[in-house]
Amino acid sequence: MSAVAQPLLAVRNATKRFRGLTAVSDVSFAVMPAEIFAVIGPNGAGKTTLFNLIAGAFALDEGEIHFDGRRIDGQSPDKICEQGIARTFQIVKPFPELSVRDNVAIGAMLRAPDMDSARAAADEILRKLDLFDKRGQKAASLTLPDRKRLEVARALATRPRLILLDEVMAGLRPTETDHMVAALRDINRAEQLAIVMIEHVMRAVMALAERVHVLHHGASIAEGPPQEVTRDARVIESYLGLKAAH
Amino acid sequence: MSLPLFVEVLIQGMLTGLVYGLMALGLSVIFGVVRVVNFAHGEFAVLAMYAAFVLFGLFHLDPIIASIPIAAAFFVIGYLLQRAVVQPFVTRPQHEQFILLVGLSIVIVNALLLIFGPESRHVDLPYSFDSFSIGSILIDEVRVYGALAALAVTAVLFAFFRFTSTGVAIRAAADNLVGAAVVGLDVKRLYAISFGVGLACVGAAGAIMMALTDMTPMLAPSLTLLAFTIVIVGGLGSMVGALAGGLLIGVAEAAASALASPSMKSMVSFGLLIVVLALRPQGLFGKAEA
Amino acid sequence: MSASPASPGARQTVALALFGLALVAAPFVVDRYILSIILLCLIGAYLGQAWNILMGFCGLLSLGHALYLGLGAYGAAALYVKFGIGPWLGVFVAMALAVAASFVIGWLGFRFRIEGVYFSLLTIAFAESARIGFDNWAWLGGAAGFFLPVRAEDFGQYWNLRGGPFFFYYLALALAAGGLFVSARLRASKLGHAWLAIREDAQAARALGVNVTRARFMALFVSAAMTAVGGVYLAFWGNNIFPGQIFDMAHSIDIMLGPIVGGVGTLFGPIVGSFLLVPLGEALIEALRALGLNAPGAKALVYGFLLMGIIAAAPSGVWPWLARRLRLQDREQ
Repeated sequence: MSAVAQPLLAVRNATKRFRGLTAVSDVSFAVMPAEIFAVIGPNGAGKTTLFNLIAGAFALDEGEIHFDGRRIDGQSPDKICEQGIARTFQIVKPFPELSVRDNVAIGAMLRAPDMDSARAAADEILRKLDLFDKRGQKAASLTLPDRKRLEVARALATRPRLILLDEVMAGLRPTETDHMVAALRDINRAEQLAIVMIEHVMRAVMALAERVHVLHHGASIAEGPPQEVTRDARVIESYLGLKAAH
Repeated sequence: MSLPLFVEVLIQGMLTGLVYGLMALGLSVIFGVVRVVNFAHGEFAVLAMYAAFVLFGLFHLDPIIASIPIAAAFFVIGYLLQRAVVQPFVTRPQHEQFILLVGLSIVIVNALLLIFGPESRHVDLPYSFDSFSIGSILIDEVRVYGALAALAVTAVLFAFFRFTSTGVAIRAAADNLVGAAVVGLDVKRLYAISFGVGLACVGAAGAIMMALTDMTPMLAPSLTLLAFTIVIVGGLGSMVGALAGGLLIGVAEAAASALASPSMKSMVSFGLLIVVLALRPQGLFGKAEA
Repeated sequence: MSASPASPGARQTVALALFGLALVAAPFVVDRYILSIILLCLIGAYLGQAWNILMGFCGLLSLGHALYLGLGAYGAAALYVKFGIGPWLGVFVAMALAVAASFVIGWLGFRFRIEGVYFSLLTIAFAESARIGFDNWAWLGGAAGFFLPVRAEDFGQYWNLRGGPFFFYYLALALAAGGLFVSARLRASKLGHAWLAIREDAQAARALGVNVTRARFMALFVSAAMTAVGGVYLAFWGNNIFPGQIFDMAHSIDIMLGPIVGGVGTLFGPIVGSFLLVPLGEALIEALRALGLNAPGAKALVYGFLLMGIIAAAPSGVWPWLARRLRLQDREQ
């Protein structure tokens, strides 16, 4: 028993209702330190709501969320970020009138004593995500793939121990996807960063995730290594089957 | 306060409140649809008061009856104003809209000042000092007629939004702008109609107010503030809220005038505003943000 | 690519230094009338900076900044006249009053998520109710106004803000320069970047660990305190305060107009805007006088049309355009 590592993030019986509609229903899972974990499911399955619960944007109706052994549900998004959970938004939210560099520096500000060091930290991350050459541009002028990268860069700049990535591959071309996968894997290895990703791009999920959690209508229906989960009859029916039907 | 006096204040306040409510309704319709706060609202009310004053002077037309042609004229003014002046600002930042409409309000007040001077004006109606009596309670006749006229205009407006295809389309545009554009509604036209309808409300209300109170151009800012207070209390964008807010503020002001001094009227409605904001930030009838 | 040898930053410093020198030298060159106009430009620039910190940096639209101006003016003036406490001390009381008032507005606004239009209307409501309150406050003169004694024997008590036109001119220059300095330092700081982030997208800022409520309060406090200092200046410069003037919405509009015309959110916008608008207003008065249009309301009528015209013509302000023209700035900012 004592040999069992403590999970970094533990979601227990999380439930969230909107005006009687249950968006997330009794969901539980745990993410280990430095693990790459994917949450998949058809549209409207409650994935983004789940992220909002973890990141503190929504309050839980039932259940608990623990991070690094401490209970975090009920705290504000900024407090949760301070404790080491960063997030990206599915619909990217750059600071449009600010430069790419300042966008990332604002993330780095959290752990930097002043703006100069925040900018230095930002530059380092911008290099990793191939945005360094565009650091002087206004974020509003970036293309969508670059905005997705900026979203990730900004979240990474807060030096999290766990990052919630909400469909950062969507809209990227296959080569760009591979590039992002490689960058994420590097950071995951180099900094022991745990990653929880919502992803529709199965190519990325299969390449990165060690375990996959499947949601359907707000409830958990399967969890396991990606190869196993994609063979699960219920998953195929609810999600992959649904997709094939299109 | 004795019971009859209490009832009297309550009723008088509600009657005035209905007229206030109609004025605020105009602000609410404009904001609800066009998403622009009409910072010149009180100025338009005063403009309508002068229109009623002039019509009374020329044709001896009762301001309460004059509210109908004035409302019609204000609809046209609002329609053209939205098309020609406000429309380019719909997508601009709020502070720029503010400056535009404040500029407009300065123009209106000072044009009136130039034409009519700063003197206080009023109209003498044959029934100005008559009142209905129920037991020992006295109710001003003119207030009753004014309130009835305000109610009638409001009823027409509700019918417009419920039963006409244009009204329904405007409500659809207010709920979902993109959706409205997608299904092929001419959003600019709907905006212009809404601004027209909003000004028609304030035009009718202003004309009615001419029968109730003395007026100077300098009254305008306090009327703008009054309309703001009412729609915030009732819930910005909510039609029922504007009416309920009007009633509430009308009664509160009447009570403040009776108990303290008339100059404290605004303070009381302001106090009410803070209480409502603290308890229910979206206003009494406003929808909470999704 | 640029033909100029110096970087935009260096050119900007040189331009600013030249402008500053001209302002320092102005009292020895221009006449009293021109000097009084420059003084008004400087005060406008200073108050514009204060408003700009709240709106331009943090994205909070205050339409009632006259509230802080009036509280500052009345606070310091009442202490001086009623209790003999000089404005050198009174200015801190003035700032505290304004900060307290801004705290109430902020508390209502942020605690109850009163955002956007509602917040702006709340600021108007507070300013207007202060006007009504002071109108009825007999101890401070009510609507008839509050007057500061002008005695020959006080002259030269600069710590009590008793001095001549030169003194008040240089004080205004110091305020404007100080306002610019504070704005620039804040904008470059972590707090300033938190403000910019909130202005751009509060939800995203929060997700990056920015304590949005705290940062908004800070912007409100700084802006209110700076505006109150301007109010103290106006009280001791003009020696009279009327609730109907100092708390008037027209005053709030004047404060915000400079930065809007100059460029909201820019460092130099409030200065450029003020130095454009004040002379324009004066020229307007002169022109109308020359045309024989002295009727009450004539000036304001034209002013109203001008407001509408300016805001229709200059959406993002004059300064960004001017800076590009004079190559005083990179594409950024």
